[in-house]
Amino acid sequence: MRSFIRRYPRMVIGASIILAVICLAIAAPILFPFSPWEMRGAPFEPPGSPGFILGSDALGRDIAAGLAHGTWVSLLIGGVSTLASLGIGISLGALAGYVGGRVDDAVMRFAEFFQTIPSFLLAILLVAIFRPSIFSIITAIALVSWPPVARVVRAEFLSLRKREFVQAAEVLGVSHFRIVWQTLLPNALPPVIVLGSLMVANAVLTESALSFLGLGDANWMSWGFLVGSGRSVIRIGWWISVLPGVAIVITVLGLNLLGEGLQTWLNPRLSKRDLP
Amino acid sequence: MSSNRLQAMPRLIGWRVLKMAAMVLAIVVVNFLLIHAAPGDPASAIAGQSGQADAEFMRQLREQFGLDKPLPLQLWIYIERVLTLDLGVSHRLQRPILTVIFERLPATLLLTGTAFLIALASGVALGVRAARKPGGIADTLIMGGSLFFYATPLFLVGIVLVLVFGVWLNWLPTFGMETVDMPLQGIARATDIARHAVLPVITLAVFYSAVYVRLTRASMVEVSSYPFIKTARAKGASETRIRWVHMLRNALLPVITLAGIQAGHLVGGSILVETVFAWPGIGSLAFEALLARDYDLLLGIFLCTSVVVLTFNLLTDLVYLAFDPRVQAL
Repeated sequence: MRSFIRRYPRMVIGASIILAVICLAIAAPILFPFSPWEMRGAPFEPPGSPGFILGSDALGRDIAAGLAHGTWVSLLIGGVSTLASLGIGISLGALAGYVGGRVDDAVMRFAEFFQTIPSFLLAILLVAIFRPSIFSIITAIALVSWPPVARVVRAEFLSLRKREFVQAAEVLGVSHFRIVWQTLLPNALPPVIVLGSLMVANAVLTESALSFLGLGDANWMSWGFLVGSGRSVIRIGWWISVLPGVAIVITVLGLNLLGEGLQTWLNPRLSKRDLP
Repeated sequence: MSSNRLQAMPRLIGWRVLKMAAMVLAIVVVNFLLIHAAPGDPASAIAGQSGQADAEFMRQLREQFGLDKPLPLQLWIYIERVLTLDLGVSHRLQRPILTVIFERLPATLLLTGTAFLIALASGVALGVRAARKPGGIADTLIMGGSLFFYATPLFLVGIVLVLVFGVWLNWLPTFGMETVDMPLQGIARATDIARHAVLPVITLAVFYSAVYVRLTRASMVEVSSYPFIKTARAKGASETRIRWVHMLRNALLPVITLAGIQAGHLVGGSILVETVFAWPGIGSLAFEALLARDYDLLLGIFLCTSVVVLTFNLLTDLVYLAFDPRVQAL
């Protein structure tokens, strides 16, 4: 265990941060058994005031409660949208890499399209037009973040297809579905896992930016919303914006460290260019 | 550049321009699909659900978009309108959308362009410095800093800069692009704009600088193990020359590629930065359109910024074509 920590310090630090954030999410209803939208006292109480460890906002809401409850949205949206875009990316990447030819061309052009357009603007449009909700936010983030996955999976498939064990399976008459599912996919997975953890980080950042612009789900407290709501009163209470912002930085930093650690651990041939 | 490469250039450029046109068409189709996939009547989606649109305006919209006609014909009408540069009228501003966008474009180009150049220059310089001695003190500091800024949301960087340099120290303006209450001319005006630009530009540049630092460092470390570096050393070239000429020229290629890809990303960043600093560009226009639910304007912004980004991509492609001897095919 000790040698593992010494060899992969980044991964251990990253994993510890993420574990702590998950614990905070689980403990939120116990630590703050009230709605984070509820007024708990005087407005603009600085951090450390009685009843407000992290201060209160312009409406006397508890920043610490908002921060703890807001953890849910970040983790939920970060996780689910990444799973969804992994689903899209793996299917399209596998299709392109396995079938090749015109299908490959078409899929890659499609991916290129999504990578060139201003994707954050597209995400804003999607969430705004379909009305802000957890579902529309997850869909929007998944739709704009799958191309790197498709590229990585395709590249892995292309190189794996030429390997002997895959050709052996083809000669033996194993069905295409089984070749893809049992032979190619497990071997292509390590770089996808690394990419996945970095994508969660990106999704957390995108979600916070959408909430910051007022496109969050109105039923859920979120860090980006807190930062945005404190922006206009920054002169009176800096902590309202800055503290939730720090929570975002710590979480994203943890995810990035975890991803980089995983990369050294699994040591995949992941091109730097494919990283989001 | 050899003569047959020179001959191949027009064909290559023609092909890229064709590809760009196809992309623009695809974006127009995406816009059309967005309007029609929206919940409710497309006209109400365009007008926004704010209740500001009156019956007359809705009737006008339905007629303009040909909503009583079959869907493929509607798509055709829409494409035709966009191709004739008619993006409609913003119902909130009561002005043609294209005019409004063109008014705001220079401010955004100034902001993103300056930030991009600063990010590229500082990122490459710091990346080269970090790669000089991997694991050394400078490397640890630079990479630690880039890891931190890579994880920091742009809007938070902006807010903290506003707080420190605007509110606490009161050194720099944090709102708008120039001082409105006293009209300035010439150099005084340029200085005024530059002072207003400092904080937004730093905010936008810091994240991308972090990205370029990481890429330049990785690429320099990789190149340093190549045989031609040994040759250069054997020839007696100075370390400085090896680093800045021999290595950097090769290490820069992936950085140029990424820089081209990231143009679209930069537009997204400018929405957040312009919102924080009330910078009067496309980004804050998008934010205003969002607040007013002026979706037609938002779609127009999406289309126009995409065209700007695609043009920029075309330019980086051409730079790449001209500089990389290995690029031969499409």
